[in-house]
Amino acid sequence: MLREGEIRIPSGCAISGIIDRKGRRCLNGQKIVDSIAIMHDRSNGLGGGFAGYGIYPEFADLYAFHIFYDSMEAKEACERYLDRYFEVVSYGIIPTKNVESIQDAPMIMRYFVNPLLTKAKSIGKVPINEETFVVQTVFYINSNIDGAYIFSNGKNMGIFKAVGFPEDVGEFYRLNEYDGYSWTAHGRYPTNTPGWWGGAHPFGLLDYSIVHNGEISSYDANRRYIEMFDYKCTLLTDTEAITYIIDFLNRKNNLPFEDIAKIIAAPFWNELEHMDPTEAKKIKTFRNAFSSLLITGPFSIICGFTDGIMALNDRLKLRSMVVGEKDDIVYLASEEAAIRAVCQDLDYIRAPKGGEPIIVRVEREGK
Amino acid sequence: MGIDLLYPKYEVVRNFDRCITCRVCERQCANEVHSYDPELKKMVADESKCVDCQRCVALCPTRALKIVETDNTFKKNANWKQQTIEEVYRQAGSGGVLLSSMGNPQEYPVYWDKMLINASQVTNPSIDPLREPMETKVFLGKKPKTIELDEAGNVKTALEPQIELELPIMFSAMSYGSISENAHKALARAATKMGTCYNTGEGGLNKELYQYGEHTIVQVASGRFGVHPDYLMAGQAIEIKMGQGAKPGIGGHLPGRKIGEKVSQTRMIPQGSDAISPAPHHDIYSIEDLRQLIFSLKEATNYTKPVIVKIAAVHNVAAIASGIARSGADIIAIDGFRGGTGAAPTRIRDNVGIPIELALAAVDQRLREEKIRNDISIVVGGSIRSASDVVKAIALGADACYIGTAALLAIGCHLCRKCQTGKCNWGIATQREDLVKRLNPDIATKRLENLLTAWNHEIQEMMGGMGINSIEALKGNRLMLRGIGLSEKELEILQIKHAGE
Amino acid sequence: MKRIYVNEEWCLGCHLCEYECAFANSGETNIVKAFKRDLKPIPRLHVEDAENGIHFAVSCRQCEVPYCVLGCITGALSRDEQGVIHIDDNKCIGCRTCMLMCPYGALTINHNKTVTKCELCTDNNQEPACVQNCPNNAIVFEERE
Repeated sequence: MLREGEIRIPSGCAISGIIDRKGRRCLNGQKIVDSIAIMHDRSNGLGGGFAGYGIYPEFADLYAFHIFYDSMEAKEACERYLDRYFEVVSYGIIPTKNVESIQDAPMIMRYFVNPLLTKAKSIGKVPINEETFVVQTVFYINSNIDGAYIFSNGKNMGIFKAVGFPEDVGEFYRLNEYDGYSWTAHGRYPTNTPGWWGGAHPFGLLDYSIVHNGEISSYDANRRYIEMFDYKCTLLTDTEAITYIIDFLNRKNNLPFEDIAKIIAAPFWNELEHMDPTEAKKIKTFRNAFSSLLITGPFSIICGFTDGIMALNDRLKLRSMVVGEKDDIVYLASEEAAIRAVCQDLDYIRAPKGGEPIIVRVEREGK
Repeated sequence: MGIDLLYPKYEVVRNFDRCITCRVCERQCANEVHSYDPELKKMVADESKCVDCQRCVALCPTRALKIVETDNTFKKNANWKQQTIEEVYRQAGSGGVLLSSMGNPQEYPVYWDKMLINASQVTNPSIDPLREPMETKVFLGKKPKTIELDEAGNVKTALEPQIELELPIMFSAMSYGSISENAHKALARAATKMGTCYNTGEGGLNKELYQYGEHTIVQVASGRFGVHPDYLMAGQAIEIKMGQGAKPGIGGHLPGRKIGEKVSQTRMIPQGSDAISPAPHHDIYSIEDLRQLIFSLKEATNYTKPVIVKIAAVHNVAAIASGIARSGADIIAIDGFRGGTGAAPTRIRDNVGIPIELALAAVDQRLREEKIRNDISIVVGGSIRSASDVVKAIALGADACYIGTAALLAIGCHLCRKCQTGKCNWGIATQREDLVKRLNPDIATKRLENLLTAWNHEIQEMMGGMGINSIEALKGNRLMLRGIGLSEKELEILQIKHAGE
Repeated sequence: MKRIYVNEEWCLGCHLCEYECAFANSGETNIVKAFKRDLKPIPRLHVEDAENGIHFAVSCRQCEVPYCVLGCITGALSRDEQGVIHIDDNKCIGCRTCMLMCPYGALTINHNKTVTKCELCTDNNQEPACVQNCPNNAIVFEERE
């Protein structure tokens, strides 16, 4: 049986997200677990995961690497690599609880690190900065150190995932012991038995994490384009490609999320006639320049990042997504039930249109 | 007689029970095969002159005619086929190079027919093109490395000049001289109506067609026929013809008998003498020379027109394409070995060059590996025969396709492959006024528009079936293809999986 | 009123219009049979082939001032409300005055010695046969000022 990276496995799923507009760490991990648990029937127990933001306040300026190890050799090789290029300030096993349905767990460790940029060699003409350094490290370890897989590598955030129903995964990782200002969650229904933890969602690169429900028909067109820009698609999943696309557009091209939505879920040509001419010209330029980043096929994604969250559906709205809010806390989910499960009384709840992004940016006091 | 006898390849079979001696066949055969015998009161045929162009068959009001291959055969020989033997006789008789027209007709694998297309089911819904938008608009040209925004959030980066097409199909280069003025008119009008482009080929541009300039690609070939500043500014883009799929390594060939006054004026050459374009451009002996020409053309047109470089698909096409992408060209056009031609030496047409499917796969992959795929758009031709070939080409990585033979078929060509004689009975590959008359541009334009409309609709149906609603999501999407009956190596070169995987 | 017009630019001189016209007006259902008879059907238009390569199909112009009608001594020729000029076979005595009057030479003699000319296929329940069957759109059926 081939696993992710060796074969492409399409799947249908459930997603959910909660964020506090003020950036307060008032959301306990249990809340997101309760939200996704209601959508149990959307998963088949073959994958579940969470991403939490603001969960490591004591190490907020360090990169938090979450790593799976299949063997002691993998762990040693990886730690040797990390010791060479990073200052490892703190590390340890991620605390877990025994849950009957979560079997075959690999070793799961986390490391809070600082990159040692003086040790870095530049890549061609691109000057090395911290983020590029971390990205290259992640690609290197995931492709070259057999048995080691970094699945989370952002600052003051972490991804927790496994093979199992998301509520069981949440219990396994003791998410009720974490508080953050933003959480996303995913439950998976793949059409194969991957049996590999690394393949579950969310997928993360730096502080971008994506949970995704859908199957994109444009996958290979997107992948073959994004790989020209120093990304390695090792998992062959939609989520991986989408994450790299967002990283490329936001971090490397400095485009705001509103424009990113206009590129990956671009308006149809016949809509340009009804737009303001400057806007229409912009869309035309985007569609021409970034034609291979258009994502077609059903998708609904929630992208978390340090300063907020973006939820987006494909242009034809072929997957469900609802958004609701109460007292400065915004809720996103595949189903209204998932939102009502954690917040009965809402100021509003609605379904965004296909291609309409919901972007929530955290307003921090003093920042 | 004797050793020089080449028994006629075709026999004219006339059903005398149906023939009403209307004499249309006689009037319409430029090869003078049919005639009316007043003594016998019957139509008679001299099949030694028949080329199987099907004109008489198509016009006969009672369907009394058919053209069949003669069954006078040499002894069967898998190695020495009759045709091969006859070619030796012809060369022994004339001492000359064998000349042929249109694309390679020999038995070689056709890879389009060995690739299958995907459809979405269950996990991913297909899209209905009759009810949902299905977009086939394409932009050809150099794409920027990044987009910068100004303070107002508007795009600051200026794009290099682009060609905007309503559908991913253009008419390939066919020179005025090899085909008739009426054919060119029809191509120009149809391209304009359908929002795509046609290509002048190396024969220069007729003054009357300047009005269609926005939908014209002007070609600069090794003979530089008809190239002057107005010509360059007249079109939407400029194409440098470095090679042609039907005859890689040699230049164009227009027999003198096809060069009348108008052709002579448009090409700026003397009437009646063979126009043989040089094999290389004599100012391009290396890749850096090509770069120089590209920039000369851009200077001459004030950097307002994208420059296309057209090459034939040969063995190291990937490396050549890589060099071209770095030389300042905006678009690469690759012409496969099945491409058509007005006239080419038979041996070169049939033995030189490689299939476009493999060339495209190799070039697209190589450019992505070198991270320069964004610097140029790829257009492919050399036997795109149907809308499914277009879909497969785009899935392999092309931005758009050129059609040549298919366009001529639409306006009446029956692929008799005798274009070099200049006696095209359908009015296409001829300059004889009485024959050119037979191609009414009004009819031909409509037929070309119909062809493109039909293919565009078929492309939309196939896209919808795959769950794609914009053609850019199909470009390079090789997971949408599976091979069938291909070897490991072929699958490896095409970078597609086998059906079942 | 719609009339038959010929664009000599596109006429190839193939004469198919003559054969199709003759067949359409012959009353036969099978074109082969129609032409295998001893008395072949007569076309109502004819193609002029000139030495300089120009060909042109000549047919009745359905004139506003029809000389043939004016000259007909039996009243066999008449103009209907639409402007089409018809021949009544029962009244025609074959005197050929109309043939002399017509400036275009559009009338010919039938097998039964009466005259015949183009009547825009009004009795054939179809669009004019010559227009439908011209392979190069040289003959059209349209209104012109």
